[in-house]
Amino acid sequence: MARRVGICAVAQTDWVRDRWYDRFQGMALEVVESLQARTGLKFTRHEPGEGIDMSISVSDDVFDARTISNNAMTDVLGAHMGCEEKVAQNGIQAIYYGLAAIASGHHDIVLVLGHCKESQGKSRNMVTHLSFDPFYTRPLGLDFCAAAGLQAGAYGEKSNITDEQLAHIVVRARERAAKNPHTASLEPVTEEQVMASAMLADPIRSLHEHPVSDGAVGMILAAEDIAKKITDTPVWITGVGNCMDSFFLGDRDLTSNFALQKAARRAYDRAGIGNPREAIDLVELSAPYAYQLPMWMEGLGLCDEGKGGQWINEGGLEKMNVNPSGGMLAGNPMILGGLVRAAEASLQLKGEAGDRQAGSPQKALAHGVMGPAGQFHSVVILERS
Amino acid sequence: MKKNRNVGIIGVGQSFHSSHREEVNQPEMIHEALAEALEQAGITMDEVDCIVHGNMELFEMVHQPDLWHSIGTGAYGKECMRVTTGGTTGATLCSAADYLVASGLHDIVVAVGFEKLQEGHTTGGITNMADPLWARQLQTGALTGMTADAMIAEFGEDRAKRASMKYRIIMDQHAMKNEKAHRRLGLDYDQAEDLMVNSPALVGELRMIHMCSQSDGACAIVFASPEKAKQLCAQPAWVKDHITVHREECFHLFGDAPVLMTHKYAARKMFERNGITDPKEQIDVFEMYDPSSWWGLDWIREFLLLEGDEHLKMLENDEITIEGKFPINPSGGVIASNPIGATAMIRVAEAALQIMERAGDHQVPGNVDVALASGFGGTLWTTLHLLTRAEPGTS
Repeated sequence: MARRVGICAVAQTDWVRDRWYDRFQGMALEVVESLQARTGLKFTRHEPGEGIDMSISVSDDVFDARTISNNAMTDVLGAHMGCEEKVAQNGIQAIYYGLAAIASGHHDIVLVLGHCKESQGKSRNMVTHLSFDPFYTRPLGLDFCAAAGLQAGAYGEKSNITDEQLAHIVVRARERAAKNPHTASLEPVTEEQVMASAMLADPIRSLHEHPVSDGAVGMILAAEDIAKKITDTPVWITGVGNCMDSFFLGDRDLTSNFALQKAARRAYDRAGIGNPREAIDLVELSAPYAYQLPMWMEGLGLCDEGKGGQWINEGGLEKMNVNPSGGMLAGNPMILGGLVRAAEASLQLKGEAGDRQAGSPQKALAHGVMGPAGQFHSVVILERS
Repeated sequence: MKKNRNVGIIGVGQSFHSSHREEVNQPEMIHEALAEALEQAGITMDEVDCIVHGNMELFEMVHQPDLWHSIGTGAYGKECMRVTTGGTTGATLCSAADYLVASGLHDIVVAVGFEKLQEGHTTGGITNMADPLWARQLQTGALTGMTADAMIAEFGEDRAKRASMKYRIIMDQHAMKNEKAHRRLGLDYDQAEDLMVNSPALVGELRMIHMCSQSDGACAIVFASPEKAKQLCAQPAWVKDHITVHREECFHLFGDAPVLMTHKYAARKMFERNGITDPKEQIDVFEMYDPSSWWGLDWIREFLLLEGDEHLKMLENDEITIEGKFPINPSGGVIASNPIGATAMIRVAEAALQIMERAGDHQVPGNVDVALASGFGGTLWTTLHLLTRAEPGTS
């Protein structure tokens, strides 16, 4: 790789169920102004090194119900007569893009900003239903929740996951959420409530699913020499990796973690990590459904394959510092999951996580996922200076 | 700007473009472009590290289509990224692929742009980009008659109308040489008088004949590191530079007050940092995103930083034909083929083919050392790519 790239500052709005009083531009502006206040950076037009010279937005035309939804973001992102691009994938991929743009030498300081109002749709499932091809799988009525149900059943059997364990994951996530000022509006629940909640796609219950939420998240990325001037606590992006699995569920072994294993190995290799269990101090994992938390930990190689259930019973969640933020079960939109995870991991590495600070980690892993039953995974390794 | 390392284009592929590609589904159509690009580059999917994918979801109403399209893009087991920026998407995909290779993250990246406009409602899709409260009632898709009005006011009705028809006919004659092009009408100059009066009016003097098509089609480009490019390709098209410039407000928001066009601004910035002081002399071929013949004609002045009626004179003196002094759109341009998510990428692809001398019947006769490609989209967005025959920093 070329020059190192650091995360200089992160910001997010509160994640709330229905931000009916705000347009997506308003949510984004709150984050942009916060990032500017933290870094003192201004926007520049194609003048490298002088200020933010590239803006990358993350949004989803279908959730926004607007074609090219970033055309409404140019001014908010300070891109009048400047450079603004949009990643229409899991938000963590904007870090991948920003890293490449800076490491290539084209840009020096990049603003990444993701926003989504899941509350605008009647159901998230109506959106994810449209991810299925119109000929074979859409007529079956599949959506990401139904696909996750198939995977959850198969994985639960393989790794001995019980309804009690899933309830424990949800309760823990909501306890963490209460300590995170951005997710404090989420009500705590008991294991009994989780196990009594409605069945969505057997064995997935309604409280196993990440809550619908609205909000925005952003960060400033900069080339090494500039990052050091902007902040005393830059967080270095030392490894990235992602991978796409087959589209048709029937073509996959749904419990194999094929894409996640490859994505993680790529990120570990780039970060020079041989044994991730020793190297990684903290994990921010995107698990929009509770069963995915142990399953993805297996995929990352941080838990033995087929031993997810046992790993939970042995306190793996605490031992490995998994999701001190509460994770996606504490609420953020699907498209932004990975970007929020990376922001939270950065806060932990900077020592700025407040009540949810989990010790003083040196290396953290942030993860994002997209597609039915985890078709696409993206992993980022972050390190403090 | 000091680029970490150079990037070369070593293979280009396109599907056939047509109004109705009913015999293929989306991944199959993409696969046509991908297979051709890999073949031209002399590689298989085994050597590809990463796929960059883009289009506009609300045209076909497929959410995150890169998931399904992995069947046609070969993304299985690969790294991937999905980027969308409206009409400029195809050009942005090229910028992204350039970053990914130049950064050292990857040695070979394939960018894939596509649209199957037949499966949706294009004008409805574009109108849906406008703000639901303030602008949607005013938006008419991509149909904008104001440039025709402005040119008629500036140059007189007769000269302006003749010029836009001549531009249209030149583009069709170019498309006739490009077997991939969607609309190949076989127009001749003696039809100009008839068409400029009798072609159905869309908005004012913007008539059906002036407007770009709605196409089904896909494009794929293989980007490679300098080592791979030199090893695999006798003449890569090197990515010298690219620039993206956006602005938000709608066209002519302030009435007739002159607006600084992103095209002119982007061109000036990119030319400055690449030592281009006389674009007409220093650039050998230009593939322009020309959504209508009025816009295409008007934008020659913007991109080449010309004054007064210099652009009309270029047209009237036959300078922009394939055989002319400054060939524009030897492929036939966007008026001939417009699968939107691929359209801006086709401009880069066609510019690359000219440098690689692989454009076949629409290869320009002269030497092509420097080629320019433009993307257009959103509310006045520009992405420009500058490609060279010589590897940057080595000549």
